[in-house]
Amino acid sequence: MKTDKVKIKGENLTVAYGDNVVLRRVNFEVEKGDIFIIMGGSGCGKSSLLKVLTGLKEPAAGKVLIDGVDFYAADTAEQKKIMRNGGILYQSGALFSSMTLAENIALPLQQYTDYSAAMIKDLVALKLALVGLRGYEDFYPAEISGGMKKRAGLARAMALDPDILYFDEPSAGLDPVSAKLLDDLILEINQSLGTTIVVITHELSSIFAIGKNAIYLDSESKTVSAYGNPHELLKNPPNRNVLSFLTGGRE
Amino acid sequence: MALDFSTEQQKLTVVLSGDMRRYDDQTRIAEVMSAAARVKEICFEAAGLKDWDSTTAALIYRLITREIKPKTKVVTASLPEDLQRLLALASAVDRKPAQPTMNKECFLEKLGGWGLAVGGGIKKALAFMKEAVASLVRFFCGRAVMRRVDFEFALEDCGYKAIGIVSLVSFMVGLILAFVGALQLKMFGAQIYIASLVTIGMIRIMGAIMAGIIIAGRTGAAYAATIGTMQVNEEVDALKTFGFSVSDFLVLPRLLSLMITMPFLTMLADIMGMIGGAFVAVLILDISAPLYWQYSVSAFGLNNFLVGIFHGFVYGLIIAGCGCYYGVNCGRNADSVGVATTRAVVASIVIMIVVTGLLTLIFEALGI
Ligand SMILES: Nc1ncnc2c1ncn2[C@@H]1O[C@H](COP(=O)(O)OP(=O)(O)O)[C@@H](O)[C@H]1O
Ligand SMILES: [Mg+2]
Repeated sequence: MKTDKVKIKGENLTVAYGDNVVLRRVNFEVEKGDIFIIMGGSGCGKSSLLKVLTGLKEPAAGKVLIDGVDFYAADTAEQKKIMRNGGILYQSGALFSSMTLAENIALPLQQYTDYSAAMIKDLVALKLALVGLRGYEDFYPAEISGGMKKRAGLARAMALDPDILYFDEPSAGLDPVSAKLLDDLILEINQSLGTTIVVITHELSSIFAIGKNAIYLDSESKTVSAYGNPHELLKNPPNRNVLSFLTGGRE
Repeated sequence: MALDFSTEQQKLTVVLSGDMRRYDDQTRIAEVMSAAARVKEICFEAAGLKDWDSTTAALIYRLITREIKPKTKVVTASLPEDLQRLLALASAVDRKPAQPTMNKECFLEKLGGWGLAVGGGIKKALAFMKEAVASLVRFFCGRAVMRRVDFEFALEDCGYKAIGIVSLVSFMVGLILAFVGALQLKMFGAQIYIASLVTIGMIRIMGAIMAGIIIAGRTGAAYAATIGTMQVNEEVDALKTFGFSVSDFLVLPRLLSLMITMPFLTMLADIMGMIGGAFVAVLILDISAPLYWQYSVSAFGLNNFLVGIFHGFVYGLIIAGCGCYYGVNCGRNADSVGVATTRAVVASIVIMIVVTGLLTLIFEALGI
């Protein structure tokens, strides 16, 4: 069946803050195991769309379907379950500053699973190792660098083995090497765990390196003006704005 | 059994089978781990493994990184491919960080550290005061760099916006004072002296103290929180790099506005307290209003009133000083703003009480 492959579906989504409509009639589908890019210039509504997808902001109109379930029509218990199946890496990592990295990662495990303390400890060690932070269990967020905070945030987002991982501008504020490492990590996680990944970014290098599918949010028309594989979009740009965006303003 | 193992001649075979999701059998895991520590070769056998998740990976990862002797041979070929990739990813970046130094201190070291901290704190506080005084001097010479809107905003915040709460609380305090006093004075038939009690009590000290405590909780806390947040956002650093004096720019407007408004708020508290007392005396205890007025007026001494106002002024300095000091010295973490705010309020109130004690002794000695 076709719907089986679709993990996330946005249907005619309209996003608004009060009377200020940010996005209008946004439609897209994210397949299972996809790396899906939401791209567009600053202020075009990428973060707002992410909030809608992750259940933090109700759309003014339209539906978000996760595994075929209409999120905003579901009851609270169902919504919580869906939210738990999605891990989010926020722009700055959003680690709890009063806890060590191990405690940060253990928190959702302690809340939502009944694993023994020993298993939680092993899981924390594994997640930290996966993001290249082996042995950093007892550090506080203030004691590590920005790139490490993002990776630790990723380890926390992966704590409950989510089906979907969302990234809000993962490479923002990172040096090119760290940004590249994070991109590689996203690819590795996608391949070894099969996690569906949604990445918000305006970094061209990331878009072309990791993106399998992408939508371009246009701030003039306030909607999706291009949809497809980034390399294909570059070859056959559907409009000038996309071309200009994908070539870094050179054309 | 999902997890099984057998040992033969220095070779451990770990058999994974069936559904291994959410595997958490710690006794079994401990057995495998201790067996693994004794062998020279480990072979994973996963032909029968149907499902696995992070617990499986965590288990294997622990086994091959922490439990085995160095140079043990590990054969993972039979594991599912994606699990192998995951393990490879986990083992790939292997930079051991320097452990954070957490050396245990003995009692004397702690005491010494504490002493140094107190000494450092006093030094910082003195430096802060020196800067603040210098700012005030610059201000009166017309050379301070302060934005007018900042000053107006601060003035507004501790000016008319504070009137409601100060009025309400001092009214209630006057009321309570009158009630409690009446119960005692009634025994001597001296109820009319409630007027003197409330008047002297409010104008000499209680008005100032009530205004001080409210403003410490309301405005002092806000100062610490605002400046603390600026510190966290590195706005304070930005100010400094522009060559602005933090003391002029942030401390001065707040200090000035409390210096100006606290005497007035004290007066307001005095009046509202006296009204509260009169309310109880006239409406509840049936003392005649003219008589109450007469006794109030005779108890009202100008020096009492001025002492009260002076206290209010001093409290203003203390509250603004503590609020700004803890704000400027706020840490950089998310929770440091909360800590700074709490400390600012506690320190203002404690210092206010101690200073009141000292002032009382001084005025006593001077006979005022
Ligand atoms: N909390 C908010 N309240 C009102 N408007 C907002 C809020 N957050 C974002 N906006 C508006 O929505 C638009 C899109 O913002 P955002 O989704 O953050 O863009 P992006 O992440 O693409 O840079 C902006 O024009 C901004 O003014
Ligand atoms: Mg954004």
